[in-house]
This record gives sequence, structure tokens and C-alpha cells, in this order.
Amino acid sequence: MTNRAEMTRRDILKSGAAASTLTLAPGVTLMAFGGTAEASSRADAGKRWGLLIDASKCAADCNDCVTACKVENGWGSQTELEQIDPEQAPEWIRKVTLRDTSTGREVSAPVMCQHCEAPPCVDVCPTGASMKREDGIVLVDKHICIGCRYCMMACPFKARSFVHAEITDQNVQAPRGKGTVESCNLCAPRIDSGRIPACVEACEKAGHSAILFGDLKDPDSAISKALNDYDSVALRADLELDPGVRYTNL
Amino acid sequence: MRLVFAFLAVIGFAGGAAADGTGPVVPAAVGDPHPEGNDYWRVHHMDMLRHDRDLTMREGVRDLAPDDLAIQASIGECFTCHAVKDEAGSFVSFDDERHFCRACHDYAAVTIDCFTCHRSTPPNESGLALRTMAKPDEANSIDAYLSRVAQEMNK
Repeated sequence: MTNRAEMTRRDILKSGAAASTLTLAPGVTLMAFGGTAEASSRADAGKRWGLLIDASKCAADCNDCVTACKVENGWGSQTELEQIDPEQAPEWIRKVTLRDTSTGREVSAPVMCQHCEAPPCVDVCPTGASMKREDGIVLVDKHICIGCRYCMMACPFKARSFVHAEITDQNVQAPRGKGTVESCNLCAPRIDSGRIPACVEACEKAGHSAILFGDLKDPDSAISKALNDYDSVALRADLELDPGVRYTNL
Repeated sequence: MRLVFAFLAVIGFAGGAAADGTGPVVPAAVGDPHPEGNDYWRVHHMDMLRHDRDLTMREGVRDLAPDDLAIQASIGECFTCHAVKDEAGSFVSFDDERHFCRACHDYAAVTIDCFTCHRSTPPNESGLALRTMAKPDEANSIDAYLSRVAQEMNK
């Protein structure tokens, strides 16, 4: 373990990130972080993580993505639900069934935070707690969330929930507590440690592979190619929020 | 001046004050001691945690093995060593006054709200797994997943 007492902020910057500096003009310095070891442990501005959900592959009776999210992030336990009104229950991800009334065709798909490029929840947050990471993940910094719930009202996807009751025995990777707003964070702790989100893993394990995960900024990634080749929709495309979660065969 | 002495006495509790029953009894920890020394940690732990929280939350910097990152403190890491067990042998949470953080904070009457959200006992298995970077051959690693879906697409 490094002795941090002897480290200055400059040392931390030097050793923690392979920082490269470029002097543009006297007094103007451009600093860039990079390096191979660093790329996987810092939210990378060169990436934008997204999901493509194929509703035709999503089974109506399967709830594995929701269950996996609950286990990973520790929400919706029986003890928690007993303390609150069902209307106020946390819901990071939910299954939605759409029915065409004229034909009777039914499709099912999970809806979670859509990780917008222009997130309204970030626009309205008075403290800066609602934020978008460099790699496009939208999440709540609960350290500075005051629980005003403006973001919940601003979100057109009903993706956020508020913690109403005291919580104990949280998962170490998913701190959550009374008085703060929460939502899908695309399993940021898993992504930072080089792992795919829990819902994606569960869907693949269930044999559906209805959720495709990947980097939207990489033109060669499977998700970018699929978006290029097939017709897809953004939920509430009229709002022009450019969500990172897209749907096909809806 | 008397106040200053009183204050010094309070900070000095760990230096042996506990032995005569006037100070808090700090639960003993397991594992290697901090290289900075206990005195440094007593004074600076809050600053170190605050610095790290923004790095972790907002920039996604996590102290993951095997990368030798400079930032080696995480609130989840504390209880790997600083956990206290009850009579039944299970770890006590922050609700219990024997909890490591409460030993001093109750004594000094300093309220902390870390554990309204954070877990105050050692991590469970899934949490432990996220302490290390995924190896490329692990089934749930991003690398393995992306090559799987790329193969699927080419079919």
C-alpha cells in the first residue's frame, strides 16, 4: 500500500494517471489522461456505453433482468417493501408490456434509466448531484443529493425512485439510503471493474440475449453495427434527448 | 488555554488514555497497519475519504487490484480490517454502539451520516468480486462479452 501521508496532490495525479500535458500557449495547458492500465479504471470520455434492447427476443414471462438488478444493487427486498407504500417502491428497472389494441400483438421489454445524452434530470438538479459521467452513464451522486426529487419529475421515463425508509445491509458496491434519489447507473461499479451490467449478464444466461451492451462511440462495436443495420427507436424520440438505450422490434 | 489543553487531551486519547478508562476503547483491527501510522489516520481520515469519494463517484476511479493506483482508500475497504463481532460471532453494523466508527464518534459527539447509505460491515461475496479488475477470460468481463457478441453477429 502506498503511504499517502507523503504524497502530494501532484504525486497522486502523476502516479494515478499517466498524464500527458500539452502546452497550447503560454499559460494554457491541455492535460490528458491516458495509458493502458488507466483506461479500464476511469470513466473514459472516448466511450459511450449503451444498450440495444430487442423486444422480439424478450420473453413476456421472464423477469431475470429485474431480479439480477435487485440482487446486484440491493433494492426491493421484502423488508424494504413492507415499510413503504407500493406506489413508492424503488424501481431501477421494470418490465413493460405493450399491446396493440387493433391486432392484439404484445411485446415486452425492460425499461430503465435511458442514459440520455441531454439528460433533463441533470438540467434540473439544483446541487449537481444528478450527473452524467464522461462515458455517458447518468447517475446520482448521493453525497450531495438533497432529496428534492426535481429529477424524478423531469424524467420522462419514470426511471428514478426515492428512498423513503431507512435501509440497512446494503451491498458494498451499491450504497443507497433514505432521503436520496436513485436509478439505474448501468452498473457503473461493474463497468469500472471491467464487467458487463448485471441485467445484460442475466439476459444472456436466460438464453434470450435481448439486451445488447456496447460502446456507441465505437463504429465497429456490435451495438453500433446493429443500430446501423436495423431499424431502432428511442423512447420519446420527440424530446430529442438522444438516449443511450435503444429498442428494436418494439 | 485550559480549552486547548482539554482539546489536546481529547485528541490524545488514543495515546493511552483508553487504558485508564477516560477515553473510548478503540476496537483492535486485523491486518497490516496503515503505513501512514494511526496518528495520521485519526487526523486525516475524513479528508482522505472525501477526496476519494468524488474521484470514485464522478470519475469512476476505483482502487482495484492488480492495478497499482495511487488511491488506495475506499470506505468499503475499512471493514475488511476494522470489523467488530458481537457475542454470536456476526459483524455488528453502525446501529450497534460497539461499531468501530462509533467507538470514537460517539465519544467525541460527532455525527456522521456515511452509513445511512454505505454498508458498515465487511462486503458480501458479490461486492468482494468487484474489488479486482475482471480478467479477459472471465465470462462476465466486458472483453469476453464483446468478442462473444461480435462472433454472434458475424454468423
